[in-house]
Amino acid sequence: MTLSIDQKAVVWKNVWTLAEQKGNKLHPVSYELLGRGRKLADDRKCLLCTVVIGNQIDPKDLQELIERGTDRLYVIDDSKLKNFLVEPFSNVLVFLINKYHPEIIIAAATTTGRTIMPYVAAQIRAGLTADCTDLEIEPDTGLLLQTRPAIGGNIMATIKTPDARPQMTTVRPKSTRIPVRQSGRKGEIINVNLPEGKLDSRIIFECFIPDETGRSSIEDADVIIAGGAGVKTADGFDIIEELAKRLHGAVGASRLCVDHGWQPYSRQVGLSGKTVSPRLYVACGISGAIQHLAGIHTAESIIAINTDPNAPIFQLADLGIVGNLFDILPEVIEQLDQD
Amino acid sequence: MKFIVPIKQVPETSKVKMDPVTGTMIRTGVEAIINPLDLYAIETAIRLKEQLGGSIIIISMGPMQAMKAIREAIAMGCDDGVLLSDRAFGGADTWATAYTLSLAVRKLGEADLILCGERATDGDTGQVGPGLAAMLDLPIITYVAKIESIGHEMLRAERLVEGGREIVSLKTPVVMTVVKEIGVPRLPTLRGILRSKKTEIKVWGPADICADVSLTGLKGSPTRVVRIHHPQVTRKGEQIVIKEPQDVEKAANSIMAFMKQRNIP
Repeated sequence: MTLSIDQKAVVWKNVWTLAEQKGNKLHPVSYELLGRGRKLADDRKCLLCTVVIGNQIDPKDLQELIERGTDRLYVIDDSKLKNFLVEPFSNVLVFLINKYHPEIIIAAATTTGRTIMPYVAAQIRAGLTADCTDLEIEPDTGLLLQTRPAIGGNIMATIKTPDARPQMTTVRPKSTRIPVRQSGRKGEIINVNLPEGKLDSRIIFECFIPDETGRSSIEDADVIIAGGAGVKTADGFDIIEELAKRLHGAVGASRLCVDHGWQPYSRQVGLSGKTVSPRLYVACGISGAIQHLAGIHTAESIIAINTDPNAPIFQLADLGIVGNLFDILPEVIEQLDQD
Repeated sequence: MKFIVPIKQVPETSKVKMDPVTGTMIRTGVEAIINPLDLYAIETAIRLKEQLGGSIIIISMGPMQAMKAIREAIAMGCDDGVLLSDRAFGGADTWATAYTLSLAVRKLGEADLILCGERATDGDTGQVGPGLAAMLDLPIITYVAKIESIGHEMLRAERLVEGGREIVSLKTPVVMTVVKEIGVPRLPTLRGILRSKKTEIKVWGPADICADVSLTGLKGSPTRVVRIHHPQVTRKGEQIVIKEPQDVEKAANSIMAFMKQRNIP
C-alpha cells in the first residue's frame, strides 16, 4: 500500500457529514446526519462541514443544510455526478479528504454510503465502522467512540481508531431526528473545482427502475407494518398493505414470506434481509426468530401481534397483543378511518 | 473465465439460543459454517461457470478450522481453495482483512470476476468487498440482485437499492457483492464432497503473499474494539391477551393510544 499523504504530518480537523442526493433533492438522511455531526463538532469545538456531491443541486437544499446545523459546505456539482457511481464519488471524497483533512466523517448506512465509505477508507487507510448506533467523543483523548451492534445485535461493540485518520463511520437512516431548522443561520459554501480525470468511471449507469408500488422502502419508512408466517398467504398481505397505506408506512416481511414468494426480497427484514430503524415497527404474525429480531433492534418502538403468547417477538415488543392479526388489523383500520 | 470467491467462516447464529434470564446469546457448542450470505456468491459463481466455463477459486482468511468452509464450497462445485492462515493475520479489522485478501487475489492473478457476499452475519459490516475492490484498483458493484447478461468481457447487472433497482454495465474485471435474490444456493453433491476431500487446499502465510505484517492482523488494523457489552434485548412492555371478541376493540384502542402518544403517523 502506498498512501498519498503522510497521515501523521497533517492536522486533522473538523467533523464532516456526507449528504446524499436522490433525484434533484437531497435525501432526508442528509439532514439527519447533521444531528449526529453537530454534537460531535461542538464537543470537539470545531466546524461541522457537509460534503454535497451531485448534479443540479438545489440551492434551497444547501441553505436548509446550513439552517439545520452545518457550518460549511463543500459542493461538487457535475453532470457526471447525477447518479451514484462508486469511482467518481470516491475520487471526489478522497480528493477532498487529502485537501482539507477532516478528523471525522459520518455517512448514512445506505447502499450508497455502505459502498463509498469502505471504498474510500481502503484507499486512504482510514478507520471505518459500519452501522453505528451511538457516537461520542472520549473526554480524555478526544477520539471518536463508535458503538455498533454485531452478531445480529446480540452484542454491542465500542470501537475507536487510535491513530489512523480520518475516523469514518456510517449510521443508519432514521436513527436520528432531523435537527430543528434555525431560519437565517449563516454558513459558508465552497464550490470545489476538481482536477482532470477524477470523474471517470468504468461502470456505466444505465437506468433506475423504481419499485412498482411507489410506496416508501423499508429503509426509508417511519412506520413499517410487517407480516410473518401468521399471514399465511400472499393475499393475507392485503390487510397489511391496507394498514401501511393509512399510516404512510412501508410493508415488511419475514424471511419465510419471502421464501414462499408472498413478498419480494426487497421487503425482507432481518439478518439476511434489511436492518431497519423505523419509529414504529408492527410485527404481525411474526414469531421473532433471532435472525428477524436482529433486523429490528434499532426500531424506536415495536408493536407485536401474535396468537402464540410465548412467541419471542413479545420479548422485544413495547406493546404486545396476543390474538389474531386478521381480527385486530381491520379494527385498527376502522378506528383510523373514524379518526 | 476465472472467478474468485472470498468467503468467511462464521458461528451459526440461527442455532444460537437466547438466555432467558440475562437476555444474552448462549454461544457454547455453536457450529462454524460458511457465512450464509457468502453462499449466494458461491452459487452465482457456479452458475456463471456452468454458463461460460472457467474455474472458481475460494479464498478465506481464518484459523485452520476454516479449511472446512473451503471444502464445503468446493463440494458445492468450486474448483480450488486457498486458506490464509497465520498468527500475523489474526484480529484483523475490515481494512487489514481487505489488504490481506487483496494480496492473495493478486498472487492468484487476473480474475475476471470476484464475487463476495453482501456482508458476514457475525461482523455485519459489508466493508470487506468494497475495500478489497479499492485495494485491487477494481470497480465494484454492490447489492447485485441479478446478472442480466455477461459475455465478451461486458457485464450488465441489476443492483437492489432503496426504492428500486439500478441497471449498470461495465467491462470485466470487477468485484461484485451479491444479495440473496440472485438465486438459491445449491447443496453439496456426494461427488462434490468426495472431490473436495481429495482437493489439496493451499495454506498461505504472510511470506507467500509478500504481505507487510505491519498492515495485517490486529497490528495492521486502524480500528480497535475497546469494549463489548451484551445489551438487554428485552424491552417487554404491556401485553394484552384477547380472550373474548370484545377484547379486539380494546386491543385496537391500545394500539391507537400507543401511536397517538408517539405522534405516529
